[in-house]
Amino acid sequence: MPDSTVAGLHHQEIQHPELLHHFATAEQQRNSASLGMWVFLATELMFFGGLFCAYLIYRHWYFADFAAASKSISMPLGATNTAVLICSSLTVVLAVWAAQTARRTLLLITLAATMLLGLTFLGIKGIEYRQKFVEHHVPGASFSFDHEEIPGHPGQYANPSHAQIFFSLYFVMTGLHALHMIIGLGIFLWLFLMAWNGRFSPEYHTPIEIGGLYWHFVDIVWIYLFPLLYLIDRHA
Amino acid sequence: MSMEIAIPQPVERENYLNKEYGVWSWLLTTDHKRIALLYLISITFFFFIGGFFALLIRLELLTPAGDLVQADTYNKLFTMHGMVMVFFFLIPSIPAVLGNFLVPLMIGARDLAFPRINLLSWYLYIIGGVMMLHCMLTGGVDTGWTFYAPFSTNYTNTKIVEAGLAIFVAGFSSILTGLNFVVTIHRMRAPGMTWSRLPLFIWAHYATSLIQLLGTPVIAVTIVLVAAERALHLGIFDPRLGGDPLLFQHLFWFYSHPAVYIMILPSMGVVTEIIPCFSRKRVFGYSFIAFSSVAIAVFGFLVWAHHMFVAGMSVYAALVFSLLSYAVAVPSAIKVFNWTATLYKGSIHYDAPMLYAFGFLGLFTIGGLTGLFLSALGINVHVTDTYFVVAHFHYIMVGGAVMGYLGGMHFWWPKISGRLYPEGWARLAALIVFIGFNLTFFPQFLLGYMGMPRRYYDYSHMPEFQVLNVLSTAGATVLGVGYLLPMVYFLWSMRYGKPAPDNPWHAAGLEWMTSSPPTTFNFEKEPVVTWEAYNYEELDAPHPKEVPVAR
Repeated sequence: MPDSTVAGLHHQEIQHPELLHHFATAEQQRNSASLGMWVFLATELMFFGGLFCAYLIYRHWYFADFAAASKSISMPLGATNTAVLICSSLTVVLAVWAAQTARRTLLLITLAATMLLGLTFLGIKGIEYRQKFVEHHVPGASFSFDHEEIPGHPGQYANPSHAQIFFSLYFVMTGLHALHMIIGLGIFLWLFLMAWNGRFSPEYHTPIEIGGLYWHFVDIVWIYLFPLLYLIDRHA
Repeated sequence: MSMEIAIPQPVERENYLNKEYGVWSWLLTTDHKRIALLYLISITFFFFIGGFFALLIRLELLTPAGDLVQADTYNKLFTMHGMVMVFFFLIPSIPAVLGNFLVPLMIGARDLAFPRINLLSWYLYIIGGVMMLHCMLTGGVDTGWTFYAPFSTNYTNTKIVEAGLAIFVAGFSSILTGLNFVVTIHRMRAPGMTWSRLPLFIWAHYATSLIQLLGTPVIAVTIVLVAAERALHLGIFDPRLGGDPLLFQHLFWFYSHPAVYIMILPSMGVVTEIIPCFSRKRVFGYSFIAFSSVAIAVFGFLVWAHHMFVAGMSVYAALVFSLLSYAVAVPSAIKVFNWTATLYKGSIHYDAPMLYAFGFLGLFTIGGLTGLFLSALGINVHVTDTYFVVAHFHYIMVGGAVMGYLGGMHFWWPKISGRLYPEGWARLAALIVFIGFNLTFFPQFLLGYMGMPRRYYDYSHMPEFQVLNVLSTAGATVLGVGYLLPMVYFLWSMRYGKPAPDNPWHAAGLEWMTSSPPTTFNFEKEPVVTWEAYNYEELDAPHPKEVPVAR
């Protein structure tokens, strides 16, 4: 940025190459980026909030049907995915620490590990989706949920329409979550390439911090999705 | 003419307009001022499309019989009028044009915090706009801009999914603008520009941004659900499958009621800048106006169900929402009283921006007070879905928001373009807009109270409604002229207008302390603020004579 350096001299004697022209100091730039991500996550919270609201209403109305439908999705696979995501949050934190302390190899390893864990999550999710497809639990014309017993009430069957609402919400919520995971993988691939090119230093590692914030947020959404979708009526 | 030849034109100073000229220097710009102009051109385009639909609606209602267009076409006309005006004109209008231009200037920053995201938001707006245009040209939508389920999800054969996606994309653009403003206002203020010294325009935009950030995602996810429901017949909103169409209305209005405040709050911000300047007084009750903006944003999120009083919701919930709707009147009234108190004993100048501000005051007050009628459960049931409601929200969204927008455009036009607009024409236009507006929409209050329902193309069983409808259509024509005039003379002034001085209004505020038009980085050097906002008494005070200091 040739024209920015002149203007920047008003504020600072030495310019960091990553300092953009309209910021006075690197600290201002870092704080802005970080606040920007927090604000964005607030919008994400509202985005998922609408779905959680719909979910809670229908779960309250059709609890028995939801419990029956919930029983048909695989709790072990969901639990495994929860563990996978928690591990990925750990690798993200390690990546931030590695960047702060200029450990380039560790940074590359942890970024790669995060992506690997993210891919594992999506793979397991794919297996679950396939299972639902085979069982005709995907909402739409071929949906079928006949003669599924309500847990704890032998001889009573769930209402297929109400179960379909559960599966609709299941697919919309986990699908949007998976979409966020895919975007997260793209962000981490980009971070990995930047790290590979040696762009990060203890002075400049904001992208890793805010990319990490995003990743943690997507993890937290799953932490709520898992019990709500997989563990209905398993509290006994 | 000979004078012009005799005096050689001075070489224009370099500014954001003449720095570069190529198409790409505009399409790839990250300068907030250029992006503001890109938005200005695009929203003006959509304003005239929406206006064209409005014109056809008014022409159809000129006669009681449904003779100009057929029922289906009429349904599409009012739907597309609403969708275009709300999502592609009113919501981006002041924030994306004046806000984009002024927020960094007013707080002494060189740009918004995220210039590239700002450009992205314009491209998203354009993508959404092109989708909407395509949707309109290939059939349109007939559900009303509210696309209520289950009509939108199960029955209509029009392009719901495409229109929904267009709004989804445009909504993302709105979110990014809000995000940029919040971060910029928090992090980019010049030294000395404390929160209590911020122009109230900034406070209004801060509150607006909060709504954009927290409301828009909810309509985004609602659109996702409608599209999924329509494509796959999921049953989420379909009562036959156990779903709840009321849930759609709750989710829809959770955004779409606060969206009204996205439109009106920035307009209030504009008026709060204009009134002190043309009364030459410090604004009365600075902190009350500032916090009433935030209060409107907060209350705005708690009143959505007053759109659903007759939809079959619980009476007790309706009672609570009715009460909360009254609560919004408190911060709104605080603002009106403070503006009036600012005028009191001011030395008032009747320039065009001030005329628009006066227009805003009157029309917003009428719109706000009729809002109280509508928050009252009993009256609301009587006038639900009548022209009373149509008149009410047009007084807020057109009488309020558009008057403020035009006032702001006139006030800051010298800064934006570096030229003065013709004052006489501008005052005339302000007058025409005011008269045309009232002639269009006041009869609609009467029509609504007499029971004329909205969204009907034919009222031949009630020919007594015709007189008021003719008045309304006549007013719309006058209003149309009033809206065309500023566009014509603004364009004219860009070439033929007198060059504007840096501070033609002798106004307070950092944006007036840089050149007109500003340079790309706004200020020669970073400003340091040592004064309070709206220090008109200081500005107008005669320069104190040098008093010899006793030694």
